[in-house]
Amino acid sequence: MSLLVFVGVNVVGDPVDMLINPEADQAEIDRVIRHFGLDKPIHMQYWHFLTNALQGDLGKSFIFGMPALQLILMRMPATLELAFSALILAIVIGIPLGVYAGLKPEAKVSRTIMASSILGFSLPTFWVGLMMIMVFAVMLGWLPSTGRGETVMVGGMELSFLTLDGLSHLLMPALNLSLFKMSLVIRLARAGTREVVHQDYMKFARAKGLSESRLIMVHLLKNIMIPVVTVLGLELGGLIAFSVVTETVFAWPGMGKLIIDSIHLLDRPVVVAYLMIIVLMFVVINLVVDVLYSILDPRVRLQDVQS
Amino acid sequence: MSSIRYSTRGFASRTFKAEMSMKNPLLQDGATEGLTAAESPFQRFVANYFESRVATVAFFVLVVILILGFFAPLISPTDPYDLAQVDVLDSRLVPGSESYTGMTYWLGTDGAGRDLLSAILYGLRTSLSVGVLSGLIALCIGGAVGLIAAYFGGKVETLIMRVVDIQLGFPAILVALVLVALLGKGVDKIIIALVVVQWAYYARTVRGSALVERRKEYIEAATCLALSHRRIVFRHLLPNCLPPLIVVGTLQTAHAISLEATLSFLGIGLPITEPSLGLLIANGFEYMLSQKYWISFFPGIALLITIISINLVGDQLRDVLNPRLQK
Repeated sequence: MSLLVFVGVNVVGDPVDMLINPEADQAEIDRVIRHFGLDKPIHMQYWHFLTNALQGDLGKSFIFGMPALQLILMRMPATLELAFSALILAIVIGIPLGVYAGLKPEAKVSRTIMASSILGFSLPTFWVGLMMIMVFAVMLGWLPSTGRGETVMVGGMELSFLTLDGLSHLLMPALNLSLFKMSLVIRLARAGTREVVHQDYMKFARAKGLSESRLIMVHLLKNIMIPVVTVLGLELGGLIAFSVVTETVFAWPGMGKLIIDSIHLLDRPVVVAYLMIIVLMFVVINLVVDVLYSILDPRVRLQDVQS
Repeated sequence: MSSIRYSTRGFASRTFKAEMSMKNPLLQDGATEGLTAAESPFQRFVANYFESRVATVAFFVLVVILILGFFAPLISPTDPYDLAQVDVLDSRLVPGSESYTGMTYWLGTDGAGRDLLSAILYGLRTSLSVGVLSGLIALCIGGAVGLIAAYFGGKVETLIMRVVDIQLGFPAILVALVLVALLGKGVDKIIIALVVVQWAYYARTVRGSALVERRKEYIEAATCLALSHRRIVFRHLLPNCLPPLIVVGTLQTAHAISLEATLSFLGIGLPITEPSLGLLIANGFEYMLSQKYWISFFPGIALLITIISINLVGDQLRDVLNPRLQK
């Protein structure tokens, strides 16, 4: 995998053209090429990269002149903040809507909810983002269109959601990123609700004389959460990957925007480092979700024991 | 059935087909010969499909979109990429305004003075062809791989399905991003990237239905007739795995179009010489902040209608082709 990424990224384009002033003389060009180790044969470059990578050094950015890893880690809090806000929005808005649609499948409101969830699946994220900017930022002027706003340093990370200005900057990108997941949560919650409502334990709980609110809040929610949590866990990685699009639309200074800029500028070390980090992240997320799944749902463990 | 009685293999196989089509009413034309029912499976399929009003509308909208895209050079009022026909004086005109030659720009013009309607038609053509082409290639590759996995089983299957699982663990946009970073820009490279993103879905779908079909009697009978593997896989197994493949193909094509638009919007998709709808939307982005909404808005609407109509058609196909839901 690392070989594939490295060779592929290093064969495309010539970063020297992008970096050097066209009027520079040959001596200057040679100096830059030597400085970045681009004069060595490709297998030497790969070996060099691999030995360094194992020591946590993924190379220096051609453009920023600082270690690629550090550059990406610096941008990571912004992306994570965006992804988690989107996740929270998807849960907070998606589950009530889904449960409602599941409880009253024939109601007009439910039909509207389901129709909009289909829209949420089909609409291209970036276009929705543009339209949100157009309506809320340009026409109505309610929310700022780009950037992160005021940030607060917490434990070495800049966070937006602690200031009012930052929050207003965060709202639109987070909502945009969460639309797709929200549709997913709505469908999962609706399907789960419709299944759970007819179970015996629900009838029993109702026969016991429990209030409707307790019935829904405790007995129903607990049971529909299992699929929702698993799917959302798996989708967290998807959110981080998709933040590339949202960050570009809203000029959110996270690692997604960094990678797109780096691809354009042929800043190879950053591209390679980003891909390495995100692949690693995915492997870890998938592993954690698999483990969590068996903890959350005892039925999965039972099947494993039997087979 | 007494197909064993016939001496020549070719004839026996044709009888099998007839037998298959009776067993499986989902098979369409070609396999229907020898069926004596008054209503052919294909007619029934069409009747079932058009029961839903939404699906009917979606189907005709899709047909219109395909025609518009296919005949874009004939239909569109101007050729947006012919420099002789484009005038910078006409740039950023509001929808419905007239050029000084008296032509009406129904959807306005973009930053370079191109008629937006024509640009959308040409963009639709590019988007559709990239989406459909990549979908077809992925269908062939994924379908073949999935069939092989299901038919031969064992280590081959384990290996193939492991690769499929690994790939499906990563979101499509990430895989596409890696590939575009690896391959660089260009129409062919985007198609390769989209094929790589999609093939795994087809492979998984085909394998699923092929595993079920494989255990049925007609495959056993074909094996007893000592037909070659290739013949069994492609003439007997494949036709019966087609329905889910068609459904996944429709929905995946919509995905591919959307993904291509996203990549093009990010500036890492199609080159500027082959503008798709995504690129048109990206072009309008900078003008949007100054209230010139139409440059991004209308290509987006075109993209939206395309994707939604394909999705609706796909959904209806799934309902109609799914034997479990049939009355």
